[in-house]
Amino acid sequence: MKLKFSFFYPKSCLPFFLLAVATSAFGQTQLPLVSDADSTKPMNMDATYTRPFLQLGKMPVALGGYVEANTAWTSEDGVSEGLSFQVPRVTLFASSAIGRYIKFLTEIEFEEGGREINVEYASMDVQFLPALNLRGGIILNPIGAFNQNHDGPKWEFVNRPVASTQMLPATWSNAGFGVHGKFYQGPWTFGYETYLTNGFDESIIDNPEGRTALPEAKENGERFEESFNGRPLLTAKTAIRHRQIGELGLSYMGGTFNKFEDDGLTVDKKRQVHVFAVDFNTQLAATATTILGEWAWVLVDVPDTYDPQYGNKQYGGHLDIVQQVFSGPILRWQKAAFNLAARLDYVDWNVGNFDNTGDSIGDSLFGISGGVGFRPTAQTVIRLNYVYQWKHDLFGNPPAHLAGWYFGLSSYF
Amino acid sequence: MQNSTKILFLAGLLALELGCEKTFPSAPEDATLLDGPVEGLSNDQARQFLAGDKAFNAEIFTAATGLGPLFVATSCGSCHPGDGKGHPTNALIRFGQSDSSGNQFLHLGGPQLQHRALPGYGPEQIPAGAPFSKLLPPANTGLGFLEIVPDAEILALADPDDLDGDGISGRPNWVDLPGYLSPRPDAIAQHGKYIGRFGKKAAVYDLLQQTANAYNQDMGVTSTYAPFDTYSGVEIDPEVPNKTVEDVVFYLRTLKAPIARNTTKADVAAGKLLFEQSGCASCHMPTLRTGASRIAALEFREIAPYTDLLLHDMGPELDDGYTEGSALSSEWRTPPLWGLGLSKNSQGGEYHLLHDGRANSIETAILLHGGEGSGSRDRFKALSDTERRQLLAFLESL
Ligand code: HEC
Ligand code: HEC
Repeated sequence: MKLKFSFFYPKSCLPFFLLAVATSAFGQTQLPLVSDADSTKPMNMDATYTRPFLQLGKMPVALGGYVEANTAWTSEDGVSEGLSFQVPRVTLFASSAIGRYIKFLTEIEFEEGGREINVEYASMDVQFLPALNLRGGIILNPIGAFNQNHDGPKWEFVNRPVASTQMLPATWSNAGFGVHGKFYQGPWTFGYETYLTNGFDESIIDNPEGRTALPEAKENGERFEESFNGRPLLTAKTAIRHRQIGELGLSYMGGTFNKFEDDGLTVDKKRQVHVFAVDFNTQLAATATTILGEWAWVLVDVPDTYDPQYGNKQYGGHLDIVQQVFSGPILRWQKAAFNLAARLDYVDWNVGNFDNTGDSIGDSLFGISGGVGFRPTAQTVIRLNYVYQWKHDLFGNPPAHLAGWYFGLSSYF
Repeated sequence: MQNSTKILFLAGLLALELGCEKTFPSAPEDATLLDGPVEGLSNDQARQFLAGDKAFNAEIFTAATGLGPLFVATSCGSCHPGDGKGHPTNALIRFGQSDSSGNQFLHLGGPQLQHRALPGYGPEQIPAGAPFSKLLPPANTGLGFLEIVPDAEILALADPDDLDGDGISGRPNWVDLPGYLSPRPDAIAQHGKYIGRFGKKAAVYDLLQQTANAYNQDMGVTSTYAPFDTYSGVEIDPEVPNKTVEDVVFYLRTLKAPIARNTTKADVAAGKLLFEQSGCASCHMPTLRTGASRIAALEFREIAPYTDLLLHDMGPELDDGYTEGSALSSEWRTPPLWGLGLSKNSQGGEYHLLHDGRANSIETAILLHGGEGSGSRDRFKALSDTERRQLLAFLESL
């Protein structure tokens, strides 16, 4: 039996986070590369498939996964919880080419040392044309970029972007169906995805966080079985990519989140949630710089007579800049790389002003992070980050200051 | 191996930096914070303090854990952020009582308005014709000390008939005890009523009563102490266990008293003198002594709360027409002034003073003193600019 690595993307293209580093490393690999017909120009939407897989001989199933191991030393307003070690997640993926133009991929995540096991993704894709694929199963809703492109080893930061995970619900997957596809025109690629899935529930405005929080809906495991209110969540994304310039994505996700009817009786009015996001990424080949980010707006129909700590408008996002400072042989690795990275995080969980004082409502966070990443090979990153955050409470009182050092290891396997 | 040397060098630099605690924000000085425990708690007391801290600040109620359906806010900490005074957004309204004959609007949802509701429910409204008051959340610090100031000491400060003729009377609010409370051993009763000392009208006997009421009236959460649901009026299963209520009460009891700042500055010292000369100290008593307590860290101490825990008639301008217990609607309990200078840090950067937050500066709060406070207010008005500045510097240092 022969081991071989398969990639669903060719060496000439960069997975969008791994920038120049990825190319230089993967490009040199001795192992045969298998390319998928529709991914000659991978976009963010291809992230689930553009991962290193291990193929065992002629077995129709390819396996892969990644692990993250971190240690954190953090302090809030001078009070430190000390040093702690964590393995936030181990993820396994398996993909299978069921037949010509029919494939299946699943991603299973073990969190909290295996106490929580989530099927993050399990979908079948049937390709009628490159421009028309049917996808069904547990899908990753394509809102913003991070949700579909969340693998630990792709990032120079231990922490996931705050807005993507604490305002948007990444990683956010649901049972549903939809179509996706791509068109090509010279250096341009145009991609679209649209799905109907199960979705949010009332926990987004009734939760122990005490703020409007889309991620709270992830607690409801029943969304893989049935919709909370019988209304689908629509997610749609279009993205355009120019081979030299980069990629720009626009996405929308929305629907009714509350139970307005029960057993045929009306119990509330229909309340909507709308999410809009833009994301972009680009690599400046000349300087080996990668710039990427996303920004999103959340609008939620919160009743006027409800607690104002549950805001009806939120926005936030992140901007990452990764600069390769070295690539080449280091110690025993021929194609190693050294990256410097910087990140800005911002979230305002409650946009607006108080009715009675006119003052601006707080509940926001601003963060800066800096990091160094050492990649002995493209699939593995050893990273050291420093994070500083200013966190304002609801009333805009003097902020809490949070700082932390993070050291971590993350790798595909 | 030039590259690896470079890397080792970089790694070494980073390790150096890692070792440097300077990269962490420094802790704010204790005197600038209202929260934190009194000194001298034993280990088991520290544990209970932390349990109470969590229930007070971190337990946000939801529909599933008992919130509402009618409520005012979802956690103690949202109204008393950092244990400080609250923001006008979380003001609450009480209605239905205009004199000592009791609340005439209990059947219409009194005494407290729950003006917020879970989605799908309609909140309460103030019934037509009901007198009402808007109340801003006060700071919660040092209350354990105030709770054990002996009744005799409070009575000694009272002068209900103004026998000394200084224009300031001061009397306790005599209140009925709820069935679950037994009076403290040194309690002094009058016609079966006891001295209330918490709340803006001093209508609440102790911190247990305040806490049980808060769960019930502010958050719509029932306990064995206050088992009636504010929405249905029906007795329902407790939604918060007694243990949690006890922990929160212990937390309130053992929150430290605010620490004065800048006390050695000349302005502050001069201001303190002016405070006394202007007659402020007749009501805002600079020192009180605590009595016996099961918590050693609290008992027999001299404290500097700047209150006499008594009711004073503050004149028509501060009279909302609403009252509690045996207080007149124009009467308010002297609020403690300790922690005053830190109020802005929990009220969103501005002062919101007096019972309903109507005063946006300390000066305005003083100028709104009427009734028994008018003599003192006039003396304040007569101060020179420098003297006013000194008095304010003193008040801000508290
Ligand atoms: C809706 C906002 C709100 C919530 C929620 C709330 N409080 Fe209060 N709290 C107030 C207001 C307003 C007052 C003043 C009430 C009065 O004058 O009677 C007050 C008074 C107090 C006092 C008396 C302070 C004094 O100096 O007399 C204590 C103690 C207290 N609250 C504790 C709590 C606890 C414990 C909780 C949670 C179980 C809580 N509060 C929840 C608004 C709130
Ligand atoms: C007759 C008693 C009395 C006197 C004398 C008096 N006060 Fe007061 N003070 C009160 C009462 C009662 C209140 C609360 C009124 C309310 O909430 O509407 C109060 C409120 C205040 C407040 C607002 C506190 C808060 O937390 O909102 C300040 C500040 C204050 N007084 C300062 C002073 C100063 C300074 C003087 C002297 C110039 C003074 N007081 C004299 C009884 C008095």
